[in-house]
Amino acid sequence: MLLPGVIYYILFRYLPMYGVIIAFKDYSMVDGILGSGWADPWYKYFTQFFNSPYFSQLLVNTFLISFYKLIFGIVPPIAMALLLNECRLKWFKSVVQTLTYMPHFLSWVIIYGILLALMSQSSGLFNRLLEDAGLSSIPFLTSPDHFRAILVGSEIWKDLGWGAIIYLAAMTGIDPTLYEAAKVDGSGRLRMIWHITLPGIRNVIVLLLILKLGQIMDAGFDQIYILYNIQVYSVADILDTWVFRTGLQQLNFSLGAAVGLFKSAIGLVLVLGSNQLAKKWGEGIW
Amino acid sequence: MVKSLEDRIFNLLVCLFLGLAALGAILPLMYVVSVSITPISEVLKNGGFILIPKAVTFSAYEQLFTQTGIPRAFAVTAFITIAGTAVNLVLTALMAYPLSRKLMPGRSFFLLMILFTMLFSGGIIPTYLVVKSLGLLDSVWSMILPNAVWSFNVLIMKSFYEGMPEELFESARIDGAKELRILLQIVVPLSVPSMLTIGLFYMVGHWNEFFQAIMYVTDRSLFPLQVIIREILMMTQQPLENAENVLPTETMQMAAVITASLPIIVVYPFIQKHFTKGMLLGSVKG
Repeated sequence: MLLPGVIYYILFRYLPMYGVIIAFKDYSMVDGILGSGWADPWYKYFTQFFNSPYFSQLLVNTFLISFYKLIFGIVPPIAMALLLNECRLKWFKSVVQTLTYMPHFLSWVIIYGILLALMSQSSGLFNRLLEDAGLSSIPFLTSPDHFRAILVGSEIWKDLGWGAIIYLAAMTGIDPTLYEAAKVDGSGRLRMIWHITLPGIRNVIVLLLILKLGQIMDAGFDQIYILYNIQVYSVADILDTWVFRTGLQQLNFSLGAAVGLFKSAIGLVLVLGSNQLAKKWGEGIW
Repeated sequence: MVKSLEDRIFNLLVCLFLGLAALGAILPLMYVVSVSITPISEVLKNGGFILIPKAVTFSAYEQLFTQTGIPRAFAVTAFITIAGTAVNLVLTALMAYPLSRKLMPGRSFFLLMILFTMLFSGGIIPTYLVVKSLGLLDSVWSMILPNAVWSFNVLIMKSFYEGMPEELFESARIDGAKELRILLQIVVPLSVPSMLTIGLFYMVGHWNEFFQAIMYVTDRSLFPLQVIIREILMMTQQPLENAENVLPTETMQMAAVITASLPIIVVYPFIQKHFTKGMLLGSVKG
């Protein structure tokens, strides 16, 4: 019964892991993975990458974009969950939830389209408004100054409501007698949020933060690949997008595989490390 | 219960902020809808700023469906969504059920095998080479098979199956049922709600398929919707590169965005509660 799934895992998950040996070989299409000769020295492609100007740029971009997303991606959903939790109008709450969950299901291509409608320099809504007001237009989507803000902003927009779900679930687990006791003691709603609700979801916040820490090497391939353009490579290009361009589009298979392996290895260390951290907080994942 | 003035103000503020968040989620989309159904002359004249169009025309949609590759891409996407989800569900159930049975030999080995793939992967290039050597390049299956199982969903289903009472299986076994029969006639019918939930996750994933398509498919007739839409969106930025095509107007671009998101937006309210349940299913550790 397990067979089809196991075949899948071997073919599409473990065979590629074996395939990373091409990072140590001079891969050529004709000879295949086994037939290609070993690179000389075996770490040739790694040094080639470490010595290239891309190395620091890609690393900085990957970390910075992830980091911004981590920081700015955690407060808005919590605020959203708090507001939903405090809302006393049942129907209004469910309407808001329905509307704010929805962007999560739109693809990045769709969101790119929406961003174009709002922000493109030639026809975007914002720039039309700026021009009407006598100001000059701003190339939101093609200037390095704004690009990371747009990456982070669009991610917040997409996942604001969706991200709130898990905090909301944690809030329903808080003992209601705590609120009653606080009410008897005469504390207002804000005090209750600060002293009961927030501490009550602290574990979940920490857990999610740590989980995201483990994924810091994945700054979001789909989103960046779809949104970026040649003008903003300097601030938007991350390891994955570079591997895709250099490895697949320019056919530098060995170099691409080496950078991919580098990324996976650091990712592995980060996940394991963050799980250790999580265990310290009593929230280990395994 | 008498509400204090302070309480009323607080409620009002909560509703106000929630309302703003909901508007923030929906207004950009409404703007895109209205641009797409406004005559292009009107769009140019009004400087793009229209929320409620004065005149309505569906000519952009007409052009979109007659002059671009959209209908074909729709068919491709529909196919990978339906076939892909079917493959996903069958494989996920076949993996998760044996793994949920404590008696299964080698259980922890296979579990470890799945977990490890969540931590480490061969990377983009080796995976590409595997797909290539399997002869899947330029076939619809390259957008289905490489992601036929999501490890996370296997774990979710596994913990769901684990919650089923052991007596159920024992009595079936006494009645002479083999494991496959137990899975088909007892486990699957009982797990319809959770199968539906992860099925919906898989479905959205396939509908929004982009990454695998740009990696593995170069044959234009096999491009899924998202890839075509992105091309249409990109065309104003690099005009006349594809001289064979009519240059899409702004309204056509927005019509394309709506076309690709409409199926999700239409079915979404009906399936929303399942999604929310699924999200929580994943967050509760098994």
